[in-house]
Amino acid sequence: MREPGYRMAKRLALPLRGFAHRFVYPLLVLGAFALMILGKADLLLIERMRATMADALAPILSFMSEPAARVADVIETGRELIRLKDENAQLRQENERLRQWQVVANRLEQENVQLRDLSRLIAEPPATMVSARVVADAGGIFVHSVLIGAGAKAGIGKGNAVMTSEGLAGRVATLGDRSARVLLLTDLNSRIPVMVESTRERAMLAGDNSHQPRLLYLSSTAHPNPGERIVTSGDGGSFPPGLPVGVVADAGDGPMRIVPFVDFNRLEFVRVIDFKLEGPVVQTEVPRGRERR
Amino acid sequence: MTPALSERMDDWGRRLAPGATVLVLLFFGLVPFGVPGLPLIAPAGTQIAVFYWAVYRPDLMPPLSVFGLGFIQDALAGTPLGVGSLAFLILHGVAVSQRKAFVGKPFLLVWFGLAVAVIAAGFASWALASIILGGFVPPERPLFQTLATIALFPCFAWVLVRVHRGVVH
Repeated sequence: MREPGYRMAKRLALPLRGFAHRFVYPLLVLGAFALMILGKADLLLIERMRATMADALAPILSFMSEPAARVADVIETGRELIRLKDENAQLRQENERLRQWQVVANRLEQENVQLRDLSRLIAEPPATMVSARVVADAGGIFVHSVLIGAGAKAGIGKGNAVMTSEGLAGRVATLGDRSARVLLLTDLNSRIPVMVESTRERAMLAGDNSHQPRLLYLSSTAHPNPGERIVTSGDGGSFPPGLPVGVVADAGDGPMRIVPFVDFNRLEFVRVIDFKLEGPVVQTEVPRGRERR
Repeated sequence: MTPALSERMDDWGRRLAPGATVLVLLFFGLVPFGVPGLPLIAPAGTQIAVFYWAVYRPDLMPPLSVFGLGFIQDALAGTPLGVGSLAFLILHGVAVSQRKAFVGKPFLLVWFGLAVAVIAAGFASWALASIILGGFVPPERPLFQTLATIALFPCFAWVLVRVHRGVVH
């Protein structure tokens, strides 16, 4: 008795399945467009979806990136062995120069402490720092950003500065619990207030997906020479002034560009620094911790 | 009699293998190896895998999986959500609609089909990313990635054929 009923159900289900099959594809295409529009509208929901997905898969990527880092180390060791002798000589010279600088720095630090005491300067709040491994790098085809394997649980906040030992790499754009997305300063949508270190002339550093971001809104009288250091200006309050960013590139007649200090091809570990500044980016952050309670 | 557990597991493994290959290639494309230029050509593998399975085993690479894999790629790579899903759906659409022209035909014809699909998907993602990101995305990198995908097709196809014969049947 079961057999005819089963067959009938199957006969009824077949056209239904065909119907579903025919409409799944266009519906999914529409779904993709809907995601894009919702994402463009900057809905918090979309950002949360992205962060949740990244959180879920970050441990796998983190697990995979450790052997990958070892592969990279082996390649790097090979490279280093080849130029060991030259590098040694270079390092000895640099060491000597740095020792002289150390004397100068010690003296200046003492002087600074004394002057601060004299002028009763209110000290800036101490910055907190989290080191994190870069777990995913999409190669900058459409966006220049990396995923790091630490998030809100490690004390990272939206808008925090992301640095390497060389200089500023970018800022935290999207935050998950165990992962965070860092918008690199070369990205199309990255804007960082900077200044020429020697002359304090202000400008805006604007990424355009190339290796060398542009310097915008530099005053017409300012002509920084190629090789001059560019640092953050602290305007807008998201970063403190003086973080090293890069040097002015030799541009010729084209727009003024800078060569960042950070080698974006070899981002392995970064330091995420919370300078405890109430910048515009920080203020728009949703208080995640409070929400959950 | 119900099939033994090991048999069922075997069956499941077979069914999930195509999606798993895309996922593994996706992860490998994102892990930072510190080799300059590698992240630029690495994503080629996922596009090729989606196309390959859509041509040879469309039953194991349904549109919903394709959409989901694109979503994961976007979420991890930081591209605007939906762009990767649409690119994968375009690849899937070209592959499935032209299946009869590809299956059992010379390799060069399939390669040509992949080239058409990858170019269409690449152009759509570039145009949409430019609109969503609110600026002209320099086309050099997307173009280079598209050409790399076409050039690397034989290498990835060789691996996928092995997986196809060895695991999926």
